[in-house]
Amino acid sequence: MITLYPKRFFKFPVGAEYISPDVFAEKSTKEIATLQLWEGNRRRTISDLFKIKHETGSPSDEVTIRICGDVSKVRKIGAKMSMGNIIVEGDAGMHLGEEMNGGVITVTGNADSWTGSMMKKGTIEIKGNAGDYIGASYRGSTQGMNGGKIVIHGNAGYEVGCFMRKGLIKVHGNVGRFAGIHMRNGTIFIQGNSEGRAGAQMINGKIVVCGYILSILPTFTIDDIRPKVKVNGEKVEGPFYRFIGDLADEGKGKLFVSKNRNPHLSSYEEYL
Amino acid sequence: MDIAVKDGKIVEKVDERKAEVVDASGMIVMPGGVDIHCHIAGAEVNSGRLLRPEDHVKDVEVKTALTRSGVGYSIPSTFTTGYRYSRMGYTTVMNPSMPPLEARHTHEELDDTPMVDKASYPLLGDWWFVLEHLRDGLLEECAAHVAWMMKATKGYAIKIVNPGGLEAWGFGRNVKNLDDPVPHFNITPKEILRGLCKVNKLLNMPHTIHVHTNNLGKPGNYITALETMKCVEDLAEEGRPAIHITHCQFSAFKGSDWQSMSSGAEEIAKYVNHHNHVTLDMGQVIFTDTTTMTADGPFQYGLYELTGNKWVNHDVETETSAGIVPFRYKRKSAVHATQWSIGLELALLIKDPWKIYMTTDHPNGGPFTAYPNIITWLMSRAARKKTMSKISRRARRKSLLPSIDRELSFYETAIFTRAGQAKALGLTEKGHLGIGADADVAVYNVNPELVDSSKRYKTIRRAFKRAAYTIKGGEIVVKDGQIVRSVFGKTFWVDVKTSLPIEVNDDLKRKFREYWTVEYENYPIPDSFLHVPAPISVKAEV
Repeated sequence: MITLYPKRFFKFPVGAEYISPDVFAEKSTKEIATLQLWEGNRRRTISDLFKIKHETGSPSDEVTIRICGDVSKVRKIGAKMSMGNIIVEGDAGMHLGEEMNGGVITVTGNADSWTGSMMKKGTIEIKGNAGDYIGASYRGSTQGMNGGKIVIHGNAGYEVGCFMRKGLIKVHGNVGRFAGIHMRNGTIFIQGNSEGRAGAQMINGKIVVCGYILSILPTFTIDDIRPKVKVNGEKVEGPFYRFIGDLADEGKGKLFVSKNRNPHLSSYEEYL
Repeated sequence: MDIAVKDGKIVEKVDERKAEVVDASGMIVMPGGVDIHCHIAGAEVNSGRLLRPEDHVKDVEVKTALTRSGVGYSIPSTFTTGYRYSRMGYTTVMNPSMPPLEARHTHEELDDTPMVDKASYPLLGDWWFVLEHLRDGLLEECAAHVAWMMKATKGYAIKIVNPGGLEAWGFGRNVKNLDDPVPHFNITPKEILRGLCKVNKLLNMPHTIHVHTNNLGKPGNYITALETMKCVEDLAEEGRPAIHITHCQFSAFKGSDWQSMSSGAEEIAKYVNHHNHVTLDMGQVIFTDTTTMTADGPFQYGLYELTGNKWVNHDVETETSAGIVPFRYKRKSAVHATQWSIGLELALLIKDPWKIYMTTDHPNGGPFTAYPNIITWLMSRAARKKTMSKISRRARRKSLLPSIDRELSFYETAIFTRAGQAKALGLTEKGHLGIGADADVAVYNVNPELVDSSKRYKTIRRAFKRAAYTIKGGEIVVKDGQIVRSVFGKTFWVDVKTSLPIEVNDDLKRKFREYWTVEYENYPIPDSFLHVPAPISVKAEV
């Protein structure tokens, strides 16, 4: 296990795509220490910014990187990683696990925006809250999250799963507006409340909102009332209103909204 | 054989003891590459850049001591465009489709495109005054007006895009064929083409009219392309071209719908082989993710409807329109693979390399950085066969390529990529290495006497990707594919000398006030605006 302790609070963003098990694997402490990253516009080595503690386990162990301390300004931790573990004991910065292709990232604190954007495989678990654009695509692109799993125990921000194509995003808390915007496929499971406009321009896929939602977009049509809904093999007890949309984009996405928590949506029932 | 260079020109001989010597033994030496049609600057290109952050993130160039940073991929930033052309041995690039209103912007970007000489073609095919003059039969007035426009916009040639269609697009319509009248103007595309062709001749412009045909990108449009060529047949002087059909691949579709779409290259090639008044460029398609951008608003709207991608559409006041749609050409799509085949069929079936030139219509068919790939496809049957084996089966069955044995020689490739283009453009000091030519030289590290281009196509591709040397205006700017010196290129424009000084009448000034957002006084670009202006004086017959 390799443990990194930030030597100080980072005032400027640090680009840390090298903090990844794929890069650290089979490298000595010395080699890791000389890996380069940017702090603002300055070039630094990892040892300039972090104290490194390298405990060699048995060779069969997967590479595990532990970061202890506040790295909320450190971006792209675990970008493109394909194996191993990263444990952040504290807050993590933007673009955590970007284009991730395997392995597990665990954050005990909060994560920032763009967590798991464009990821293909693997798991990201955030114990605290997360920012906006979880599992989204790069700006302008239509290639969002394409597999894997993101679990957020706290709340998430706006546009969760923007252009998502595959995989699962599970939010135990609440989400902001536009969850599942432009969604192509995959599943977003929201146990808390949604600020609304869920599923705007979605083409396909599934969004489940167990809590309160202010309103459903007018381009969604009610389809059915389901007693329960299946999320990734797990049965969630309802009942749920099932909406189909976004009809403005000829979408066939499914938006499930808890019936009990949303009595103000009962007027939709007359269209069934 | 030695080539002597002095003061940016090729000369008979220089003092060898004092001169710097570039040893190009065992290599192939060509004039610097010339690109006749490549969207590299202007408002449209810049909107494309803004539209596509995801295109840039995958291709980033870091700054060095000599070069500036930049991004690619399909719409590279200005400096990167210059560097990339230079690394491939190109020294002259023509930027087509400049809306006259955006000329200032275009020239600002061209000034920021280093390493290459450049010029821009103003879009005049749907310009209100041209339409009005031609409708009223005022050919000489039209010619005088075009001469003024060339001066005002610092333009090089008359560009015509979907004649009449762009004006119709302003009213949500399009023109269907060459005899379909333009709404409110009562003029047909044929009259516009013939009128501007005559104007071009009256003004003695160095290049012919540069035409993007009607019905571009629609199945069955090869007939429109043929009609376009035919309609100016009688205007051609003996042996001299009268019309340039640009990105002809997009105008060579046969069939009645996308299902039955096939290649019309054979018919076009047959016509071009029998007539001398036409030059073409390929508009080759590359299987990649690119950004399409043309002044053809209705075509781009169709493309948006086809793909559902994000898009930009724009109406440039009284002048023209524009559209941008990101597009991915897929190997396994029968239509895209047929398009790929059409481009190569055209290039190989037209026997005379002086009549057809290599372009991708960057970035519409693919980025210009794919030129080395096209060269290998043209020079090697094996390279074509290899790509052929990966494309859609339906397209493969319909393609004419397997029946074509022709492989271009190095000499033909040189015509195809520089000499022919320079000749068509009327750039007398480009595209050759004779005495008096500009000292724009490209040296590629491949020995034409030893390397069998039809088998060793990978070697050829590598060589054309990274020039061993690029010499621009007598200075070594690229060595082993690396920029060693950053230079500014010239901006050519045509200074038409009419017999009487061109007078701008009050009617035009009044119209500027009424119809344009730009005042007449602010419209023309002064010569001092350009970084390195290079006016080419021609004497007009009006």
